[in-house]
Amino acid sequence: MEATIEVAGLRKRFGGVLALDGMSFTVTPGRVTGFVGPNGAGKSTTMRVVLGLDAADEGTALVGGRPYRSLRTPLAHVGALLDAAALQPSRTARNHLLWLAHSQGLPGRRVDEVLELAGLASVARRRAGGFSLGMRQRLGIAAALLGDPPVLMLDEPFNGLDPEGIVWIRGFLRSLAEEGRAVLVSSHLMSELEDTAGHLVVVGRGRVVADTSVADLIAAASGGLVTLRTRARSEAMETLARAGATVSATGRDTLTVGGLAAERVVELLGRDGVPFAEVGAHRATLEEAYMDLTRDAVEFRGVAR
Amino acid sequence: MSGFGRLVRAEWTKFRTVRGWVLGLVAAAALTAGLGLQTAAGSHSSCGAGTVEVACPSAPVGPGGEAVTDAFSFVHQRLDGDGAITARVASVTGRIRKPDVRPGVTNLVSGVVPWAKAGVMVKDGTKEGAAYAAVMVTGAHGVRMQHNFTGDTGGTTASAPAWLRLVRSGDKLIGYESADGRTWAEVGTATLAGLPDSVRIGLFVASPGDLTFSQDALGGVVSAQRFTEATAVFEEISVLGAAAGDAWRYDDIGVTMGPDGKPHHPGGHVRRGDTFTVTGVGDIAPVGDEGGMRIEQTLTGLFTALIVVVVVAVMFITAEYRRGLIRTTLTASPRRGRVLAAKAVVAGAVTFVTGLVAAGITVPLGRRILEANGNRVLPVSTLTEMRVVAGSAALLALTAVLALALGALLRRGVVAVTVAVAVTVLPYFLATVSVLPLEPARWLLRLTPSAGFAIQQTLVEYPQVAAHYTPVLGYYPLPPWGGLAVSAAYAALALGLAVVKLRGRDA
Repeated sequence: MEATIEVAGLRKRFGGVLALDGMSFTVTPGRVTGFVGPNGAGKSTTMRVVLGLDAADEGTALVGGRPYRSLRTPLAHVGALLDAAALQPSRTARNHLLWLAHSQGLPGRRVDEVLELAGLASVARRRAGGFSLGMRQRLGIAAALLGDPPVLMLDEPFNGLDPEGIVWIRGFLRSLAEEGRAVLVSSHLMSELEDTAGHLVVVGRGRVVADTSVADLIAAASGGLVTLRTRARSEAMETLARAGATVSATGRDTLTVGGLAAERVVELLGRDGVPFAEVGAHRATLEEAYMDLTRDAVEFRGVAR
Repeated sequence: MSGFGRLVRAEWTKFRTVRGWVLGLVAAAALTAGLGLQTAAGSHSSCGAGTVEVACPSAPVGPGGEAVTDAFSFVHQRLDGDGAITARVASVTGRIRKPDVRPGVTNLVSGVVPWAKAGVMVKDGTKEGAAYAAVMVTGAHGVRMQHNFTGDTGGTTASAPAWLRLVRSGDKLIGYESADGRTWAEVGTATLAGLPDSVRIGLFVASPGDLTFSQDALGGVVSAQRFTEATAVFEEISVLGAAAGDAWRYDDIGVTMGPDGKPHHPGGHVRRGDTFTVTGVGDIAPVGDEGGMRIEQTLTGLFTALIVVVVVAVMFITAEYRRGLIRTTLTASPRRGRVLAAKAVVAGAVTFVTGLVAAGITVPLGRRILEANGNRVLPVSTLTEMRVVAGSAALLALTAVLALALGALLRRGVVAVTVAVAVTVLPYFLATVSVLPLEPARWLLRLTPSAGFAIQQTLVEYPQVAAHYTPVLGYYPLPPWGGLAVSAAYAALALGLAVVKLRGRDA
């Protein structure tokens, strides 16, 4: 089967709140797709709809071209981690995976394999109730891998992880994508997905605001800006503003200039004899690009503290 | 393995890997056996003979294997081979003891109880419990033909005087009635298998105790049975085929002996020419509670197992809601109805096995302990005993399925346990501890999931035996399998509703 997730025109209302408002995107194999957006943007709801847990009012969600509810051994098609805390505390890690394996007709041997993959072999016979959040995330990932599925869908897998765990998951997700799987990873923090996701689906208020590669997104956010380093900040601002540029001070001796090409900036500064150390094209960080995109989509913006 | 088989296996793995649930079922079995056997070990019976304590004699058993009472006055002679007896019952009168009006002064009034019996009989000897067939006039139920304690057929004559005839042909007996001694009508026939050639044939009178009910302060019913005796006048007696030269003999069969070694409430007979006046006390009938303990009384601890099973079955589903694990379950199996069905199969199967082990140990062992302690235990067939054991296990299983479904519907453990106990155990309690009037108690055992307790009933209700047929004494208003079917219907209904709800909602 194809390793894809196709979501088209999903709408869902919870009481008076429109949780999904035409959510549409496709996750393709071979790369990690970041599913980012502020809290409440509809990421978890979308994932629950894909897994057949919630019913959408409109639209379709397909996994490998089929609705999830039509799958007979679904864990062999999609591995999902929704809530790492969803465990019976008195059951051991191995037994938690064992009932899941039995539900798919998988042997106990497969349980030991995924425990090994997730680095949990040494604690397999300990009660899951005593696990740290990081160990629970690993157990959730082990469960997602149980059926060796071509599609993986993880909701906020970085939550509560220590730096070592974050590094482990990033590497692990990349290697899963390199094996040709489609991997969708949600997060409300873009920084967590840096260096992991090759592709991004940015959502806000229940719909997609950007569906793009990471490189394109940064280029778009950097679009046309020039960074200028100079000791004579105020003279430079005066000169450039007179020429119609938008200038903002972004550091003690740094200005970001919009509306003028780099060559024109050099020419103007030379004419007026303003000294400068460096002129170059601006490169936005992924975080900046994300903030740009979701500024309007954040429902509960923090008031200045 | 089929899809459903995989689900059942997954749910079984879930169940067995939570130690608390497994221990809960072990505790349920242990509680049932422990309470039952402890109660049995604490029950002792002995009888007095004069000043000495002796083991109680075992209750007489009828040809059908049931415990019986076989007490009556019998004027009889020997009959070898085929023959017949004819007599006219001219009158039946009697005395009934009523509650004392003045303390210490016996209050005897004239009267005949409805099931007083006077008539002609053929019996395989004079031993209590021996096979018999008889045609009789009763106090209020007209002429009847009865045989071997449980068989009963009604005639047409309403009361004495009445002509009665009983004809023996091999092991077949035919009863007749007549208003004038000339035109005869058949009342009924009975086949007494294995009836020997030589039997006793004659006149008999019996008069069961007077049964009265009164309301007690709590709302329950108190029943009392008081002494009665009946006296019948027999005329125009003729016996065909009696052994030549054999004289009439009299036996007060089954008479109770008092502490002084003399008969307590003896019967008697007087012969004046060809007229016999016979007075009898007692009854010829199967006995219920008063004949001994019921095997199901060893299972009184089952209600504790029911409560434990309710808790475990509810948690089997509500624990998933509480932890959010239900989403993992439904992700692994998107076909939701099957998930609940698989859970019900597992909950039902594990509790059935628990109940089978618990009842399978408690009933036979409890009965032996009771008997070893000198208690009379009502005899039952192996099939009945198996029905009590397997039926109790099935009741446990159905209760587990109902509790599981309530857990799925209500999603909150405490609420579901409360509701489940309130509908399965509480009605049984209210109906069987004598706090309710009889009819409300019966309706509880018809309409609530407690109806399934009827599967434990070993006593049989006989229309021809006046007794206190109440839940307190082990008589349920529905037949055993009918009661269990009511419990099963509730479990199925609740499970169906739970499936509909689970399907229709976001998880």
